Amino acid sequence: MRWRRLTRNRLSFGALCVILAVTLTSLLAPWVAPYDPDNPDAEATLASVSMRHPLGTDVYGRDQLSRVIHAGRIDLLVALCATAIALTLGSALGAGAGYRGGWVDQLVMRSVDAIMAFPAFILAMAITAALGNSIANVVAAIAITHVPIYTRLIRGEMLRVRETEYAEAARTVGNRPHQIVLYHLLPNCVPPLVVQATLAMGFAILTVAALSFIGLGIHPPQSEWGQMTAEGAGYVVSGEWWLVLFPGFAIMLTVLAFNLVGDTLRDLLDPRMRGVR
Amino acid sequence: MTDLLEVRDLTVHFDTEAGLVEAVDGVTFNVRSGEILGVVGESGSGKSVTALALLRLIRPPGRIVQGAVRFEGTDLVGLSEDEMRAVRGTRIAMVFQSPRTALNPVLTVGRQISRLFELHQGASRAEGRTRTIGMLKLVGISEPERRARQYAHQLSGGMCQRVMIAMALATSPRLLLADEPTTGLDVSIAAQILELLRDLGRRTGASILLITHDLGVVAEVCDRVAVMHAGQIVEVGAVRAIFARPLHPYTQALVRSIPRIDRDVTMEPIPGMVPSLLAPPPGCRYADRCPRVLDVCRRDRPAPRAAAPDQEVACHAAEVEDAPARG
Repeated sequence: MRWRRLTRNRLSFGALCVILAVTLTSLLAPWVAPYDPDNPDAEATLASVSMRHPLGTDVYGRDQLSRVIHAGRIDLLVALCATAIALTLGSALGAGAGYRGGWVDQLVMRSVDAIMAFPAFILAMAITAALGNSIANVVAAIAITHVPIYTRLIRGEMLRVRETEYAEAARTVGNRPHQIVLYHLLPNCVPPLVVQATLAMGFAILTVAALSFIGLGIHPPQSEWGQMTAEGAGYVVSGEWWLVLFPGFAIMLTVLAFNLVGDTLRDLLDPRMRGVR
Repeated sequence: MTDLLEVRDLTVHFDTEAGLVEAVDGVTFNVRSGEILGVVGESGSGKSVTALALLRLIRPPGRIVQGAVRFEGTDLVGLSEDEMRAVRGTRIAMVFQSPRTALNPVLTVGRQISRLFELHQGASRAEGRTRTIGMLKLVGISEPERRARQYAHQLSGGMCQRVMIAMALATSPRLLLADEPTTGLDVSIAAQILELLRDLGRRTGASILLITHDLGVVAEVCDRVAVMHAGQIVEVGAVRAIFARPLHPYTQALVRSIPRIDRDVTMEPIPGMVPSLLAPPPGCRYADRCPRVLDVCRRDRPAPRAAAPDQEVACHAAEVEDAPARG
C-alpha cells in the first residue's frame, strides 16, 4: 500500500536504498571495513585511489575507505541519538502545551521561541564550545537546537486532535488527561512526526559534520566525515583530491537520501494526497 | 419508580467574545430508573450542552453557573475531579452523534473497548479482550473476533454505532446519555439502533437520556419526554400525554410539524428561529415566535406548572385546569 508507493518512485526508492546501505555498513563497520581505520601505514602515505586502497590513504597512510565507513557509524549514531532525544523532549513539551493550554502553553512556547531566536548552528557551536566537544555534548547541542521543531509541530497537532470527538469520547469514559494525551491523541500525531524526524535526521548529520569541520564536534583520532573533509581540504592544492572528495560525497549522499525520503513521506502522508496515484 | 437523576436549576454559560451566552438556563428535570427520557428541541436549544454538563465536561469558555445534578443520591456538581472521573464511564456513559469520528482512528475498536475494562476494573489485557468479544456479541455484531481487530474506517456507520454502544455499556452504567445516536444513519439502520438501545436498557436496567430532534423517535422508544427551547425546558411529561395533548405552543407546533401519511393534515413548519442566547430578554424565550403571546410573556419568565398527573408546562398562555402553580 503506502510502502509500495514509497518504493514505486524510483528516486525515493534509490534514497531508501542509500539509507539502508549506509546504515548497514555503519552497523557492520568492523567487518566491512578492509583495514583498521586508525592503523597507520608508513609505506603508503597519501596513496591515491588504487585496488589496495579504493579511496586512497591519508597523510599517515590510514585507509580512507575504512575511515569513511567508521565515520558513518559515529555520524549516524550522533544524529540518531540527537533526533530521538529532541523528538521525545519536543513531543512531551508540545503535547503538554497544546493540550493544557493557558500559562503552560505560554511558558513552553516562549521558551521555544527563545531557542529559535538563535541561528541553530551558532547555538550548537556555542553549546559545544562551552561544554567541550565530547560526543555526548555534540548530541546535546543538536538535540537542543532541534527541540523547537517538534514542540511546535506537536503543539499544533494537539490543538487539532484535542477538539475531535474521540478526544471528547475519551474524556467521557473517565480517562485522566495524561492518559488521553498519551494513549488517544499522540498516536494520531505520528505521521507528521515521522516526516519531520526523517528530514531532521539529514539536518542533524549535516550539523555534526559542520561542527566537526570547524573543530567543535568529533575530534581526532575518531574519524568523522566533516572533520575528514576539513583535514582533506588542506591537500586539495597539492593534488590529493581523494581526501576531501570522498568524505564530502558521503555527507552529501546521506543527507540527500534522508531529505528525499522525508519529502516523499510528506507527500504520501498528506491527507490531500491520499487516493492520488 | 424512583429518580435516578435529579437535575435542579442547571445553568450553563459560555463566555464568548460576543458576550455571555446563556446556553442552558435553569433546566430542571429528572430521570427515573429504567426509563427512557427523550430530550427534544431544535439545533442550538442546549440539548447536547445539558448532556455534557451532567458529566461535568463543559470546557472553558463554558461553565456550570449554578444548579444541582443529583445522581444516585450524590450531587455531581460538588464532587472532586477524581471522584467525577470515576463516575464517567462507570456510572454514566455517553453515546455520540457521529460514531465514526467518536472512535479513535488509530486504535482497533476492540482495543478501545477492552481498555475500559483495564481502566475501570483493573482487568488484565487477555481478560479485557474476552469481555470485549462478549460486549460485541451483545450489541449484535457478527464475527466479533474479526471485528474487534478492525479500525473504525473499516466498519459501516451502523456497525460503528453498535461499537459505541458496546463501549458505553461495557462497564454497566446506570445512566446512558445518547446524543442523537441515529443521526447520519439510514432509516432502517437507525430503527435497529433504537431497538437495540431500548432492548439493552431494559435488560441492564439502565436509564437512557435520549437526545434527538426527531419526535418520531421519541414516540417510538421514549417513556417520557422533555421539550427544550432556547436553553430552557418548556414542557415535560409522559410521551402519551404530550402527544395527545401538547400544552406549550412550541410543543404544539413541534407535534404539528411531524409529517403524517395516515391523516390528511398539512405539515406546518415553526416560524422564526431559535432566539439568540446572547443576553436574551426577560420573560418567555418563545414569545417572539408564539402565536398566543400575552403581555405577561414578555415580562415574566413562566414557571413550570403541573398540568396533569404526569405533565408539566412552563407557559403563561397554556390552559391548565385548576392546577396549583409551582415555583
